Amino acid sequence: MKKATIQLEALTCPSCIQKIEGAIKALEGVDKESTDVLFNSSKVILNFDDEKITINDIENAITKMGYEVKKSRVKDK
Amino acid sequence: MQRFILKRKNHITLISAILIVIGFIAKLGFKNETAATLPLAIASLLGLAPIAIQAYQALLVKVVSIDVLVTIAVIGAFLIKNLEESAIVTFLFLFGSFLEQRTLSKTRSAIKELTEMAPESALKQVENGEFEEVDVDEVDVGDILLVKTGAKVPVDGTVLKGEGHINEASITGEAAAVGKKKGSKVYAGTILENGTIQIIADRVGEDTTFGKIIELVEKAQDSKSEAERFIDKFSKYYTPVVLVLSAVVWIFSRNTELAITMLVLGCPGALVIGVPVSNVAGIGNGARHGVLLKGSEVIHDFSRTDTIVFDKTGTLTVGKPKVVDMQIYAQNSDEVLAYLASVEGESDHPLAKAIVEHIGNIKLYSVEKTDVIKGGGVVARVNGHRVAVGNVFLMEQENVQLSEKALSDIQRFENVGSSLVLTAIDGQLKALVGIRDQIRPKVAENLKKLKKLGVKSLVVLSGDNQKAVDLAAQELGLTKAYGGMLPKDKSEYIEKLKDEGKIVAFVGDGVNDSPSLALAQIGIAMGNGTDVAIETSDVVLMNSEFDRLPHALGLAKATARNMRQNIIIAVGVVLVLLASVLFGEWMNMSIGMLVHEASILAVIINGMRLLRYRLKY
Repeated sequence: MKKATIQLEALTCPSCIQKIEGAIKALEGVDKESTDVLFNSSKVILNFDDEKITINDIENAITKMGYEVKKSRVKDK
Repeated sequence: MQRFILKRKNHITLISAILIVIGFIAKLGFKNETAATLPLAIASLLGLAPIAIQAYQALLVKVVSIDVLVTIAVIGAFLIKNLEESAIVTFLFLFGSFLEQRTLSKTRSAIKELTEMAPESALKQVENGEFEEVDVDEVDVGDILLVKTGAKVPVDGTVLKGEGHINEASITGEAAAVGKKKGSKVYAGTILENGTIQIIADRVGEDTTFGKIIELVEKAQDSKSEAERFIDKFSKYYTPVVLVLSAVVWIFSRNTELAITMLVLGCPGALVIGVPVSNVAGIGNGARHGVLLKGSEVIHDFSRTDTIVFDKTGTLTVGKPKVVDMQIYAQNSDEVLAYLASVEGESDHPLAKAIVEHIGNIKLYSVEKTDVIKGGGVVARVNGHRVAVGNVFLMEQENVQLSEKALSDIQRFENVGSSLVLTAIDGQLKALVGIRDQIRPKVAENLKKLKKLGVKSLVVLSGDNQKAVDLAAQELGLTKAYGGMLPKDKSEYIEKLKDEGKIVAFVGDGVNDSPSLALAQIGIAMGNGTDVAIETSDVVLMNSEFDRLPHALGLAKATARNMRQNIIIAVGVVLVLLASVLFGEWMNMSIGMLVHEASILAVIINGMRLLRYRLKY
């Protein structure tokens, strides 16, 4: 398991949290319980299984929803 | 293509505004309905494009978002050929989100300022001894770094070489620069105002004090209280329910106008962001003023505090004892003082330091055969005399006779709450010194402010003798004062207050009172933002200035109030809109959207007021 912190462009719309959460939780290999979309700091924090999914896949899923990923950091758990 | 459209949302908003104006001029100015149709139709379609894309993306991940509802509503309006409404609704929705973006970044600005103070690069020594600029993430513990004038210290470390003055305001809140030389500790995020130093990295990244502060604030701004989690759940179901409801309305009444108007009201936007904007603005204001609040739950509890308990040492007092009285029982006072200063000069005890400082420049003798008597004082040989320095107990042990006069002096000193240091030379009492800790400047004034803010009782718990504590309590107007308390007694007392149903805030320095800090509903650490304090407490006052405490309490109250106002605005607006859609005649899609967007802006602007919050008295 790895822990990722993804910095997004500033989140401003009330419903974007739900959308990003939906997009990430739909991915195979992401620990749904750990997923947290932080509105004010505009960050996503989640744990994922690096044998099933890569950080790039997760970033792509967010970008596809129309939100820019600025920087992400992955750490061992 | 999708991204192209989303990126140009602001342009689209502008163009559709122009088209709407043209359409209305054609219709109202020239009474030409047909000429109005085209620009309004284009405005509707253009405005719908980004919204529909967002709706589609949301549906892909099974989220019924406001975009979905607006898209359906606009298509509906288009179908019943109500182009004015469809154009205006899309425009208002886009323009609303543009304004949200602008205003939200304001509410977050205070915290952003703080996080942007984090150092980004460092000059690291590489193998050939030269210094090379690297990203701060690449610095490891043990690396040697160069810090030049004007640069930020990149990590927590120790000075190896060089001297300089550092502005530590980001850590301690003190504006005055601190001198640093070899062996001094330096902290990440502080600024070297002059000089050049080389340091060795002791702690890097998130482990530094500054890193911890940032982490705390970042977490705090998004922390959620019980009430917020409930709102989140509510809003998750509210939107789909509205969708179903309007479908039901349409099926039964066949009234498309009514059904699509309902859709527009389907997102409780103000409810979702109302509390978070208050939270981020309140915490941001705190961060600017050296007050770290650990999230909305803390703000909520703190705002209801009715009892504040102080750990006296270091919170109400300066923590630096001073000599306040001195009585000499000898002809040659210089000699007595010289012996006393010589003996005390060897000690690190706070009372000894106070005495040495008070006596100042004097001829010193060499001190031999120093014997430290535990719980008593020191006995030593100075210039051929046996000198005993300590408390009354030590004097008894040394068989020193205390005269009538000395006993009354001792009584007098104790009555004003002083600690006593007696000096005997060759078994004769020669000097009596009274030492007291000083009350911090402006404490009394600030305690009054706390009472004005609604705190019912102010209690001090102290390890000092009861007389000293009573005296301070009287001087400061405290409700209750207990002396002779051990750390264990303090936490028991807090437990008791909690059992009585009090909401207790405990103010300590975070060093030896962590059990009490953790036990009280609100633990407030005051002082220099030490690591322990940051971890165990709920509120950290970065600066040892006492006036941060009333500001912190006032801010917590204002923030809690602001959150309640925002919830009332949001819920009120939803209720009014729903009621008027069902029972009123005047409601239509455009007005619905206008009110909806206005309510979102209202909660943001209301939250923004917190950034300027200041205690009024």
